[in-house]
Amino acid sequence: MLSSFILKKEHPAPYWNPYVCGIGLGLVLLLTFLVMGRGIGASGAMTSVVASGVNSVAESHAQANDFYKGYLGDGTVSPLKDWLVFEVLGVLIGGFISGILAGRTKVKVEKGSSISTKTRFFFAFTGGIIMAFGTKLARGCTSGQALTGGALMNVGSWIFMISLFAGAYAMAWFVRRLWI
Amino acid sequence: MNGPFYINGWIGDEASLIFALVIGIAFGFFLERAGLGNAKKLAAQFYGTDLTVFKMMFTAIITAMIGLFWLNHFEILQLELVYLTPTYVVPQLVGGLIFGVGFIIGGYCPGTSCVAGATGSLDGWTNVLGMLTGILLFGELYPAVEGFYNATPIGNITFTKYFNLPSGILVFILVMTALAGFWVSEKIESKTTTKS
Repeated sequence: MLSSFILKKEHPAPYWNPYVCGIGLGLVLLLTFLVMGRGIGASGAMTSVVASGVNSVAESHAQANDFYKGYLGDGTVSPLKDWLVFEVLGVLIGGFISGILAGRTKVKVEKGSSISTKTRFFFAFTGGIIMAFGTKLARGCTSGQALTGGALMNVGSWIFMISLFAGAYAMAWFVRRLWI
Repeated sequence: MNGPFYINGWIGDEASLIFALVIGIAFGFFLERAGLGNAKKLAAQFYGTDLTVFKMMFTAIITAMIGLFWLNHFEILQLELVYLTPTYVVPQLVGGLIFGVGFIIGGYCPGTSCVAGATGSLDGWTNVLGMLTGILLFGELYPAVEGFYNATPIGNITFTKYFNLPSGILVFILVMTALAGFWVSEKIESKTTTKS
């Protein structure tokens, strides 16, 4: 049943105009500022998942580490009952809905044509590890720093944003085989 | 009624979590709509063939920035109550470079990897697993990197305070810069797409 529901349509719908999507996302961000007094995020939710995982396996170890402790709170509520965790659950749902409506939700591997699926998985995993270090050092990712802090004209967010583009452009030539 | 509603006590904790879910759905929806759940489309930004990442990101930033300016101007939102991530110059500069490298190797950023995974991309889930592993490694190494992590702090600071200019002027400059960037992006795209 489910597989027939998410079966690829003959022709997936075209993507929407990036400026239209940008305005939509900007208004979502603005509404978040107005209602919550904070912006959106993504990597923070993943950190909550990791911190609560470590805490459930080795509580004293997690409690002795300031990094984990920052995501665990005072212990009165679960660290997963967190604003960003709920927001990222929403991201999964919203992405899924949009993909279904456009005929784009199907099991697949996105990669350049000259590499194998195994190679793609290796680099997707490695890239994730590297990105985690970047996002943790910078105290945020493209959502929590670049978008949120960018709109607030936060100095550190703009430093992060400019250097993230610089890093990716500088590295792009070396890994072009992955994508072209 | 004055914003931020949550900070001023207009909505409670439970309602804020439901709101988080709704905001997330809209966020994920727009990312997927623009094609940012697709690693090849994201990577194309850095080969000049498809600049959707830049266009969408900066449209979102200036839209929210202009909105914040007017909401603050008409005293609908107290901007000084909005959370600001503190600036640590060197860790954020180095973190950005590392992040950029990871981005072009992995093909996603944290939010877009979730969208990719949700639309069935197995490489999206692999990237999420890599990130969770990386965060765990960072956490375990935290005592060793803590010094660097907390280096060169300059506090909660915006361009308005840093350059000592009125926010209206800065918003105007950044909007004009973004518009110029969009114009250049369209030029680059029309060049790279007619070539192929």
